[in-house]
Amino acid sequence: MSDASERTRIKSERYESGVIPYKKMGYWDADYTVKESDVLCLFRITPQPGVDPIEAAAAVAGESSTATWTVVWTDLLTACDVYRAKAYYVEEVPNSTDEFFAFIAYECDLFEEASIANLTASIIGNVFGFKAVKALRLEDMRLPYAYLKGYLGPAAGIIVERERLDVFGRPLLGATVKPKLGLSGKNYGRVVYEGLKGGLDFLKDDENINSQPFMRWRERFLYVMEGINKASAKTGAVKGSYLNVTAATMEEMYERAEFARDLGSIIIMIDLVIGYTAIQSICYWGRKNDMIVHLHRAGASTYTRQKVHGINFRVIAKWMRMAGVDHIHAGTIVGKLEGDPNTVKGFYDALRLPYLKENRAFGIFFDMDWASLRKCMPVASGGIHCGQMHQLTHLLGEDVVLQFGGGTIGHPDGIQAGATANRVALEIMVLAKNEGVSYLENGAEILKEGGKTCGPLRVALDLWKAITFDYASTDTCDYESTPTSSAT
Amino acid sequence: MTRLTQGCFSLLPDLNEDQIRKQVAYCIRQSYAISIEYTDDPHPRNCYWEMWGLPLFDMPDESAVMYELKQCTLAHPAVYIKINGFNNARGVESCAISFIVQRPAFEPGFYLTRQEGKGRSIAYTINSYAVQSAGEGSRY
Repeated sequence: MSDASERTRIKSERYESGVIPYKKMGYWDADYTVKESDVLCLFRITPQPGVDPIEAAAAVAGESSTATWTVVWTDLLTACDVYRAKAYYVEEVPNSTDEFFAFIAYECDLFEEASIANLTASIIGNVFGFKAVKALRLEDMRLPYAYLKGYLGPAAGIIVERERLDVFGRPLLGATVKPKLGLSGKNYGRVVYEGLKGGLDFLKDDENINSQPFMRWRERFLYVMEGINKASAKTGAVKGSYLNVTAATMEEMYERAEFARDLGSIIIMIDLVIGYTAIQSICYWGRKNDMIVHLHRAGASTYTRQKVHGINFRVIAKWMRMAGVDHIHAGTIVGKLEGDPNTVKGFYDALRLPYLKENRAFGIFFDMDWASLRKCMPVASGGIHCGQMHQLTHLLGEDVVLQFGGGTIGHPDGIQAGATANRVALEIMVLAKNEGVSYLENGAEILKEGGKTCGPLRVALDLWKAITFDYASTDTCDYESTPTSSAT
Repeated sequence: MTRLTQGCFSLLPDLNEDQIRKQVAYCIRQSYAISIEYTDDPHPRNCYWEMWGLPLFDMPDESAVMYELKQCTLAHPAVYIKINGFNNARGVESCAISFIVQRPAFEPGFYLTRQEGKGRSIAYTINSYAVQSAGEGSRY
């Protein structure tokens, strides 16, 4: 055995063993020309004090693609330059001293086709715990056309869902059964029946209704279907209720989904907490079984809300449209939950438009063609009531499910009355909008007019007239910021 | 049943002629094609009502639509009539608005048949009283 010091070692400056800055390892290329087939990411980076933002950007590019902390010779066995992600542009975030926007391009071949799990394992895999950055947030992504074509997207989406429900020209109307927990199956079905007969299109299980001791899932499904069918016969309209099939295992979720299908339900529900792979699996199942898939976003605010760290919800919205959910909760602006107006409009655009144009005021940083993936129906739920109908119509548009839970079931004259109040408020607002009336400015009068021929609406307007949720938003756009306001 | 609640304005009082005209004008401003459809059996799954002629494309104003609607109501005074606005833009290519403009004075409604199945499962069928009460031959 000869002494190791006598061996011939790699002489290239780039591949000598040791630690060199990421930007010198090929993860920073200011002259890089973006390819149409590249996956692009925009990160908000807060480097540790003293760390060069370009080095931080290169480090993020490195750790989310091929690099590790030190030089490895095995890179030389690959066409490594192709596989390295390249940070290609870094700019200061407006009105901030220590945050930077870093644009990073990834070769499409880094990702398995049609796998959200693989995409996310790369892009958000290691980098968020990186010591060199104090905080890191994935703000936006441009998924290339060729990559998107691998995904099937929503099986129904906005257009087909409307055709199945035979509801055109107005937002859909829903409500979450309350109380969330404790009702027996029979009492639960009563709430469904009353709400649907009063004029709602949908009722909905809440995120934490699965199969608890007070009500097992089969009991709920059976009584809910009675409520749906009875309401459908009473109104002559197609009705549904999101049956939550979220469970501990995929096997159990399929069993619940199949029971829902066998009973004739038109829609099932899952939750973000089941994970990206489970979501894609259920979406494929839904496609095979003519089932609309509703996605609740339990847990999302743990990583989407804070502006400096985590993932912006617009990215989650894009991933979920790719995964193929037909519905997704995307914010109300005026309700009880977080929602800056422009930021939420950006989420809605990401879900509903066939083609996105860069629009930084809405937080959209890239042009992106959705490659004919169907439009995903946004759902507005949480602390909204019929007195806000003009604002909801103005802010959220027509293709949305408006869900009034407390705002339906909390009506002093009962659930049917609450549902009717919401439906009449909605219809009169759409009627006024189409007639060309300045409905936003005159919203209160239009609703009052509707109350003249609808007692339940009159009562609801009186009860909730003063309820607003005026708090500053945490997650705002950097280019133009507006306070959350539900005041007229 | 007291009132069929299909369409986007069915919980409001019946639209008058002026209100219908304004909604038709809205459809024209949106470049929608406008069609008139009628049926005596508005079963929730009956998605093909009878067409009153072809959809009206590229209408300069609402007069032709209002004329055709009038003709339809004269020919079928006691059935449901609805107006649909169709948007042929890429990414939609579907109906964009639909609302009822005439109802029969008496709305017969539907009844629910329950067929008990395995365990506690029930297969539900919604039937139209309009079909049940008027035998074959008398509905056409």
